[in-house]
Amino acid sequence: MRRFSLTSLLSESLRGHTGWGRQWRAPEPKPRYDVVIVGGGGHGLATAYYLATVHGITNVAVLEKGWIGGGNTGRNTTIIRSNYLYDESAAMYEHALKLWEGLSQELNYNIMFSQRGVLMLAHNVHDVQSFKRHVYANRLNGIDNEWLSKEECKAFCPPLDISGSLRYPVLGGALQRRAGTARHDAVAWGYARGADDRGVDIIQNCEVTGIRRDAFGRAVGVETTRGFIGAGRIGVVAAGHTSTLMSMAGVSMPLESYPLQALVSEPVKPCFPCVVMSNAVHAYLSQSDKGELVIGAGTDQYTSYSQQGGLHITTHTLDAICELFPQFTRMRMLRSWGGIVDVTPDRSPIIGKTPVQNLFVNCGWGTGGFKATPGSGHVFAHTLATGTPHKINAPFTLDRFRTGRLIDEAAAAAVAH
Amino acid sequence: MLLIACPHCGKRPETEFRCGGQAHIARPADPMTVDDGAWSEHLFVRANPKGVHAERWCHVHGCGRWFNALRDTISDRFIETYPMGAKPTQFPQSETRA
Repeated sequence: MRRFSLTSLLSESLRGHTGWGRQWRAPEPKPRYDVVIVGGGGHGLATAYYLATVHGITNVAVLEKGWIGGGNTGRNTTIIRSNYLYDESAAMYEHALKLWEGLSQELNYNIMFSQRGVLMLAHNVHDVQSFKRHVYANRLNGIDNEWLSKEECKAFCPPLDISGSLRYPVLGGALQRRAGTARHDAVAWGYARGADDRGVDIIQNCEVTGIRRDAFGRAVGVETTRGFIGAGRIGVVAAGHTSTLMSMAGVSMPLESYPLQALVSEPVKPCFPCVVMSNAVHAYLSQSDKGELVIGAGTDQYTSYSQQGGLHITTHTLDAICELFPQFTRMRMLRSWGGIVDVTPDRSPIIGKTPVQNLFVNCGWGTGGFKATPGSGHVFAHTLATGTPHKINAPFTLDRFRTGRLIDEAAAAAVAH
Repeated sequence: MLLIACPHCGKRPETEFRCGGQAHIARPADPMTVDDGAWSEHLFVRANPKGVHAERWCHVHGCGRWFNALRDTISDRFIETYPMGAKPTQFPQSETRA
């Protein structure tokens, strides 16, 4: 791997940037790996990276149906925060946020992590009470989150209208200052480059079509469009397609796959300094470094694999944005798209063992997986390497739907999860 | 936006309807004999197929009645709608591939 540094940048600039080369190899699959990861999104690549760096397991393949950065990793609204209500979720997302804070240096790759703050607006008494509860719960868990009056919200985010004349008046907000955004596909590229450098094979255009089990029921490898690949352990990290993959091993999952849409506007000069979320009207908004307003919509009401979603869903989101920020009513939207997210009944992920020996799963991140990428990969690598969960992902078992120990962020996080 | 054929009202836009999730889920007949695993299956595990899916829909902003539908989850095309309590007349394989 060619490291990025001031000297390498200077020397390449003199050579017209012709000497950078590929950031990761395009290897032929080997007949067998110690660990095969199905799904080359951010979570899968992070898992491979931490398997290699933390646990010294480098005989690893990451199988990707499409191309790196082409799935949900490149489709989200790039928001990173850790102000979750319940202890289990708070520990998970805070673990991720701490890794985000050093990730560009760790990967030697600029993921453009920007801790510009996430401000969650309260529009009614219920919001105020609920967010204050979140603030207190977060502080008990050592996570920064503070309550701002509406004047303090205005000072932090000048585009806000706090006059009270809006249909949804701003009564205050909860601000996590360490939260922010990152360049989403750079995260996938950075992890891919780092993992590849340590010997991990990243195999693109390789779709898994079956999971082979031996006479004792153990998973022993995967059938793919590029032939059979044997595996000591298999980690399925496939977001919306997890149900489909797990059914190949005869495991039915408590998951439903929904389209989730996002859209961006034409690029404009810097006008919006932070991330603003409004759960009550279901809108969230930030401005990318390119100048586009990045807007996230809600999921469609029915399960689908169409990667499109209904136009009325995005229209509804834009209604909410225009209601909150009338100054954006004349902005033109450039692109909209959908990704397929896997949603669990309690809106918390499943990370750990499955009933099939040697088959592990990391799924159910629903509409909020991007922010967890480093933490998810880190604890899943631990689970794959040792065969037992890390203490942070221990509560996120598949078995919790049998025992009843749910982590019910569905109720806690309202809508914008 | 999808056009959905309500069995009672005919084709109407999707925004008039609410999706009620997977159809034909039967509550365990004798709940006292069901163990935790089977309850978990009943409460939480859903088919989530990539292909043809049987669902319940309600025409909330119309006649207000529930009905069943077969929909291809890859193309989102509705194959058939049929009344509650009935079975679909056809159950084709998915005709599309994402």
